[in-house]
Amino acid sequence: MADLTTEFLGIKSPNPFWLASAPPTDKEYNVRRAFEAGWGGVVWKTLGSEGPPVVNVNGPRYGAIWGADRRLLGLNNIELITDRSLETNLEEITRVKKDYPDRAVIVSIMVPCEEEAWKAILPKVEATGADGIELNFGCPHGMAERGMGSAVGQVPEYIQMVTEWCKKYYSKPVIVKLTPNITDVRFPARAAKAGGGDAVSLINTINSIVSVDLDSMAPEPTIGGKGTHGGYCGPAVKPIAMNMVAEIARDPQTHGLPISAIGGVTTWKDAAEFMALGAGNVQVCTAAMTYGFNVVKEMISGLSNWMDEKGYTSTQDFIGMAVPNVTDWQYLDLNFVTKAKISQDDCIKCGRCYAACEDTSHQAIAMSEDRTFTVKDEECVACNLCVNVCPVEGCITMEEVPVGEVDLRTGKVVTGEYANWTTHPNNPSATAAE
Amino acid sequence: MAMSHQASGIQAGRLSAPEIADNFGDLHAPYDQHEAAVAADRCYFCYDAPCMTACPTSIDIPQFIREIQAGHPVSAAKTILEQNILGGMCARVCPTETLCEEVCVRETAEGKPVEIGRLQRYATDTLMARGVHPFTRAEATGKRVAVVGAGPAGLAAAHRLAMLGHDVVVYDGKDKAGGLNEFGIAAYKSTNDFAAREVEWLLQIGGISMEYGKKLGQDLSLDALKGDFDAVFLSIGLGGVNALRSAGEDKDGVRDAVDFIAELRQAEDLSALPVGRNVVVIGGGMTAVDAAVQSKLLGAENVTIAYRRGREAMGASRFEQDLAASKGVKLMFNVMPKAIHGNGAAAEIELEYTEVKGGRVSGTGETVRLVADQVFKAIGQTLEGQPEGLEIEGGKIKVSETGQTSVAGVWAGGDCASGGEDLTVTAVAEGRDAAMDIHSSLMG
Repeated sequence: MADLTTEFLGIKSPNPFWLASAPPTDKEYNVRRAFEAGWGGVVWKTLGSEGPPVVNVNGPRYGAIWGADRRLLGLNNIELITDRSLETNLEEITRVKKDYPDRAVIVSIMVPCEEEAWKAILPKVEATGADGIELNFGCPHGMAERGMGSAVGQVPEYIQMVTEWCKKYYSKPVIVKLTPNITDVRFPARAAKAGGGDAVSLINTINSIVSVDLDSMAPEPTIGGKGTHGGYCGPAVKPIAMNMVAEIARDPQTHGLPISAIGGVTTWKDAAEFMALGAGNVQVCTAAMTYGFNVVKEMISGLSNWMDEKGYTSTQDFIGMAVPNVTDWQYLDLNFVTKAKISQDDCIKCGRCYAACEDTSHQAIAMSEDRTFTVKDEECVACNLCVNVCPVEGCITMEEVPVGEVDLRTGKVVTGEYANWTTHPNNPSATAAE
Repeated sequence: MAMSHQASGIQAGRLSAPEIADNFGDLHAPYDQHEAAVAADRCYFCYDAPCMTACPTSIDIPQFIREIQAGHPVSAAKTILEQNILGGMCARVCPTETLCEEVCVRETAEGKPVEIGRLQRYATDTLMARGVHPFTRAEATGKRVAVVGAGPAGLAAAHRLAMLGHDVVVYDGKDKAGGLNEFGIAAYKSTNDFAAREVEWLLQIGGISMEYGKKLGQDLSLDALKGDFDAVFLSIGLGGVNALRSAGEDKDGVRDAVDFIAELRQAEDLSALPVGRNVVVIGGGMTAVDAAVQSKLLGAENVTIAYRRGREAMGASRFEQDLAASKGVKLMFNVMPKAIHGNGAAAEIELEYTEVKGGRVSGTGETVRLVADQVFKAIGQTLEGQPEGLEIEGGKIKVSETGQTSVAGVWAGGDCASGGEDLTVTAVAEGRDAAMDIHSSLMG
């Protein structure tokens, strides 16, 4: 069985699955249960400054969207940082870390954007023995209105400034958690690095309204007839998170900066994909909140099995392996030609490929009287829509047209020579192809 | 204290009232909201969907399932009822396993079709529970149409005609509407008096007056109707039953399955309904299965269906055969009745084994005797009491594709008319289509 031990910023954990800073890590009780279930580490729910803690709403905090059979696909929340006293949290963190020295315990922090506030809290956190801190620059609701959370994370200069303070007053690793509620994630990531941050973690939740109650005409969750935007997370956000992770991993200015990936990790495969895109580990929240802490067991067995099959002995073996294959559109090979192919043995004759292609694409699928569906190679642009809408996995495949054969749509012989948009004659700013 | 299975002869009360109530509950429990959502999510929304093609009333099945998926079952019901006004009953009694569900692509893919019938019931039940009648009548045309027979074909025709603005009078020889929905069909497929409730709901359209106890040939004549109305639609069903033509057919305890089923459907108290200890049903269609299964559910100890051909030739679907077997009914194939023995009342039935050669059934000479204190004949119904002057084809009133008979101004549909299978859903389609043809003929 593959060894899942992961070292992230020098912090060892028995596996790369950490619980993200969120309700599951709000208290000693939950965190102990998580460690007993097998989680490799936790990022403790965000601590605020000393003094009266924040308060939460007393109505619903979560909203959701569902797929078939009420499978939860996306969750949104309007909960704030911990609403328990700083002292209580610090005591609990100290106890837990002492009892679980082999697990990673990171403390998430969000205090006002003033040096004094950080200077005050950091020594107290350091005294707990926790392995590092995560700066909550991402939370999009409630705290942002008070000049914290994503209000900081949306301004790269602030990120850099606060990160510098943390490096000044704290000796252990500093992870900067980024908000996706920006236009280009590379800028905050660069700022985190410039400020001396040891790593970035992303994504925090996305600004969202998940549903509107059409009777009360208010967004949900509804509190006393009103609602507000919340932070969106869960399986639905994974593609957005993966792109942002990849953007940072392949940006020359941040390439190599350790990344802790967050966003919809539900099974081992989600984790493997994030790690292939450059993440050193992953953080999970929604899957645990949906199914309980035991979900980590499948993540562990699944990742381990896959690594065994592939011959990877350490997570280090595959971290970042997919990064070189993430490129810009302009560098994609325009001479790579594929055609859809429908396996008649597997086809169940639902006709969804036909409806999709005929109504919304390129009229490249023929339907016979007896409901046999076949691809018209002379029309097929290989868009892949039929593959995506087919309910039978593997029934429709994209087959590469071999070198030397004619693409019936363009009438051109497939040469096998790489050519992209930068050299294409239709590109007004193309460089000479020859 | 209920009598036991073993009480000899034809006896009531073989089971306790709670056992009877349990036995005659819904064959398929209705979906609750979540079950319906999960079932609806399985639909692939096929292009030019095979299920829709297979439906005799051409209900837009993908559309109504999508409406359930999206949380508005009342719209789904309207989609169904626009094509099939008895969509509620059809959801319960259609042999979906040989119609829509048989051709569902998920049946092809995984042997488990989308449960279209149950989804249809969910939608139509939801609408009916809200007391909604989603159709209104067009402006009055001043035309009057007579419908003879208040079964599925007659009701479907009457509703469509009323909706198009015509005034309709429906005549029926019985004292209640519904035809086979009310007097035929197994009770566990139409629980809680559904057939009667559906008729009541259907009549909410208005413009339909019901005349009971009026039978064609006795209280009514086609000529008089033709004179009094602008058009006549005949949906008189098949009133006669075939005879066994076996020795001893006249003994006590031998009766027509359709009469037994009608008595059962109208019984106030099923535990008071007598049934034999050893029941043999002759036949291989739905009526045979309905009679056999219900005998078993009433507490008969041994129930056997004796069919003269092989399993594959049976009129009842494999689903119905398996249902019968699951209730403890024994299925015997390739046997035909030779004689019923007994001193005044049936005591045994003598069956002769058969072989089928060139499509013809003949006895092999080998016989077997079964103990039988009750024998039900379910070997088919015949047209009876049809008016003079109508051309007959294959024992039924000959009609065109749109239901026109050989007599001008007279249309026919349902089991009494030629063409189509004798199913509720087929009758509804024929009634509806004849109504459309009557409308164009009257308004043309």
